[in-house]
Amino acid sequence: MYAFDIERPTTIADAVAALGAEDAQALGGGQTLIPTLKQRLAMPSKLVSLTAIPELKGVCVADDGALCIGGGTTHATVAAQAAAHYPALAALAGGIGDPAVRNRGTIGGSLANNDPAACYPAAALASGATIVTNARQMAADDYFQGLFTTALDEGEIITEVRFPVPDRAAYMKFQQPASRFALTGVFVAKYADGVRVAVTGASEGGVFRWTEAEAALSADFSADAVAGLSVSSNGMMGDVHGTPDYRAHLVKVMTKRAVAAA
Amino acid sequence: MATIKMTVNGRERSGEAEGRTLLVDFLRQELNLTGTHVGCDTSQCGACVVHVNGEAVKACTMFAAEAEGAEVVTVEGMANPDGSLSVIQQAFQDHHGLQCGFCTPGMIMSAAALLKDNPKPTEAEVRHYLEGNICRCTGYHNIVKAIMAASGQDVSAVAAE
Ligand SMILES: Cc1cc2nc3c(=O)[nH]c(=O)nc-3n(C[C@H](O)[C@H](O)[C@H](O)COP(=O)(O)OP(=O)(O)OC[C@H]3O[C@@H](n4cnc5c(N)ncnc54)[C@H](O)[C@@H]3O)c2cc1C
Ligand code: FES
Ligand code: FES
Repeated sequence: MYAFDIERPTTIADAVAALGAEDAQALGGGQTLIPTLKQRLAMPSKLVSLTAIPELKGVCVADDGALCIGGGTTHATVAAQAAAHYPALAALAGGIGDPAVRNRGTIGGSLANNDPAACYPAAALASGATIVTNARQMAADDYFQGLFTTALDEGEIITEVRFPVPDRAAYMKFQQPASRFALTGVFVAKYADGVRVAVTGASEGGVFRWTEAEAALSADFSADAVAGLSVSSNGMMGDVHGTPDYRAHLVKVMTKRAVAAA
Repeated sequence: MATIKMTVNGRERSGEAEGRTLLVDFLRQELNLTGTHVGCDTSQCGACVVHVNGEAVKACTMFAAEAEGAEVVTVEGMANPDGSLSVIQQAFQDHHGLQCGFCTPGMIMSAAALLKDNPKPTEAEVRHYLEGNICRCTGYHNIVKAIMAASGQDVSAVAAE
């Protein structure tokens, strides 16, 4: 690792001020950023740790019924505290990595990083979540902008994520056994006004909505409804773990499984 | 350099750390607690698992500065006060839950975290919980068996010796 300073502010305002410094970067749970620093793929002058800010942590239910999760809330806390209200989301959080990763890694860090194989982006996009920052609110549809790319500005902190709670939902991840990330994962959420389907781990463009499946499932919420659809392997990721064709195939298989489990 | 203070295995400890000093390097180099191991550079092996404020974390994936003021427990803090092995440690010995021993500190700390939350886990729960702890020697069966035994369950039917 290159040398840097580390600060531990206790309020969002102080963290935002500290991030104003040149080449300063936020540190969430560090479960992605620290391995990146070890490989010298990042060279911040200063890390601003978000782990000592109480107002960034916790799970609560808003007046409109949405589940609100603080940007600095760990995966383990979401797995435990969202279980009663949004079980599919809690199960997703409980399936990320391993227990030690879940005790440190945060929802804000996961969404800010937007790894093309990460789990939370699928939940946020399929739920039509709202990403709340220190400066503004963004719909998930506008927030994700491709591989490791989001609408976040420099120094902007995710303070909260609001999930409208669906009637039925499930996340099915075909796990890459070594990394435990999604080789392909599908989150299906059924709301009164329609079904949303978000796919992670498959596309070179990062998380995306499978709109044909959404239309079919909104008309008939059954695994059979997507049986006749096909997914193009154009633009799917190909690597040692799976070809583009394989991933395209998995999108449909995981969607069916998610619908059956929802 | 800054002076960092934390409670390690029940004792107040302090030492010098840079911003980039990892908790595991602080424990091993500054406090000479070399029981916590480093088996990878990618946060995947779990050899470095310690408890920070009661939770299992990878000491290689947390900065020392973030543990300022925290309660840290390492494998050196696991033995009974009289120096005899804890129930979990003794079970690893009795059931051959280690060969080279490199993964063992992390396995012991993960096992202790599991049994605190789930005192009587099923075999499947033990295996699932250990997903982040990699062992190149044992093939895991005897580790799982040791943890089941440490939880006070009959292990005569668990896996093979
Ligand atoms: C062994 C292992 C297995 C894993 N398996 C999975 C898996 O199965 N599925 C999965 O989805 N992920 C997995 N992960 C990644 C894990 O979920 C990370 O916790 C997550 O991607 C990043 O969150 P973090 O809080 O650790 O962020 P950090 O690593 O601290 O930061 C990541 C990035 O986000 C920025 N950032 C952090 N917090 C905020 C914030 N509140 N606002 C704005 N920017 C912020 C940082 O500046 C940095 O650029 C795994 C990680 C490991 C080590
Ligand atoms: S040394 Fe491998 S996970 Fe920490
Ligand atoms: S006993 Fe050798 S790595 Fe586990």
